[in-house]
Amino acid sequence: MITLNHYLFVSGALFALGLAGVVVRRNIIIIFMCLEMMLSAANLALVGFSRFRVTDGLPDYAAQSLVFFTITVAAAEVAVGLAVIVALYRTRQSVEVDTITRMQG
Amino acid sequence: MPSFLFYLFAAITLGFGLNVILARNPVTSALSLAVSFVGLAALFISLDAYFIGIIQILVYTGAVMVLFLFIIMLLDIQKEEAKRANTAAVIGGVVLAVVLTLQVAAVLGVFKEGAITTEQRALSMEIASKREDVAQVKTIQKDLAAGTLPDAKLMGMTLFEQYGFHLQAIGLLLLVGTVGVVVLSKRESPSKPVV
Repeated sequence: MITLNHYLFVSGALFALGLAGVVVRRNIIIIFMCLEMMLSAANLALVGFSRFRVTDGLPDYAAQSLVFFTITVAAAEVAVGLAVIVALYRTRQSVEVDTITRMQG
Repeated sequence: MPSFLFYLFAAITLGFGLNVILARNPVTSALSLAVSFVGLAALFISLDAYFIGIIQILVYTGAVMVLFLFIIMLLDIQKEEAKRANTAAVIGGVVLAVVLTLQVAAVLGVFKEGAITTEQRALSMEIASKREDVAQVKTIQKDLAAGTLPDAKLMGMTLFEQYGFHLQAIGLLLLVGTVGVVVLSKRESPSKPVV
């Protein structure tokens, strides 16, 4: 039977995948995709907790509202982040994070 | 939901999520992420969160991934050469992911409250239709009395009754984001110094 723990494990594994991607990959667009993956993993945990906290026969819609806000903020973040990447590409002609060393100590 | 469907969609979500990291071609990564998000949306729908599931598909696979593909096309990013894999980063990333997954598994192993199924926490439209907050909205009460879950209507009720201010703040955020994107993407004139 599928329990809450199953959903939480999938959420944790998806988060771990995103984290590994951020560390391993050096293409800034892929890193950005992995960030989206981690945000979605958090959403899965929230929706899981929402469904399993039943009050008066209905799931907890406060948690789902939070997921709604997270998705909206993530969409805004993608738009701004990709604009930054485009601006970066204009000055550096590259999307590799290794080439961005100006702020390195 | 039958168990095998959960495992199928969890496998799709995690498998294509893994492919995002492994693929050398950014377009392959982006499309894998889109499929991964569709699997995630199916998991949301399996948790009776129909509205969130549809929003996940519309916003992520519809809008966000198209934006990613558009930028990949615009910047004309070529495949990375395979030889330039940083060994230390790869080992670090894999160890980090494995340790985090094991840690989550260990915590969930002793989390006894999490060993509940959706059947044990069944939704009851009959009880829900007698709720006070629901009684104020006739259309929701009618749906609940008919035995269906009006997910989008309940989300709307929660958002506009309890989180009205937050909703407007999010609207403002989107406006500021739009303006920010325009400012960032504007090509500076050569005479002006780069900010």
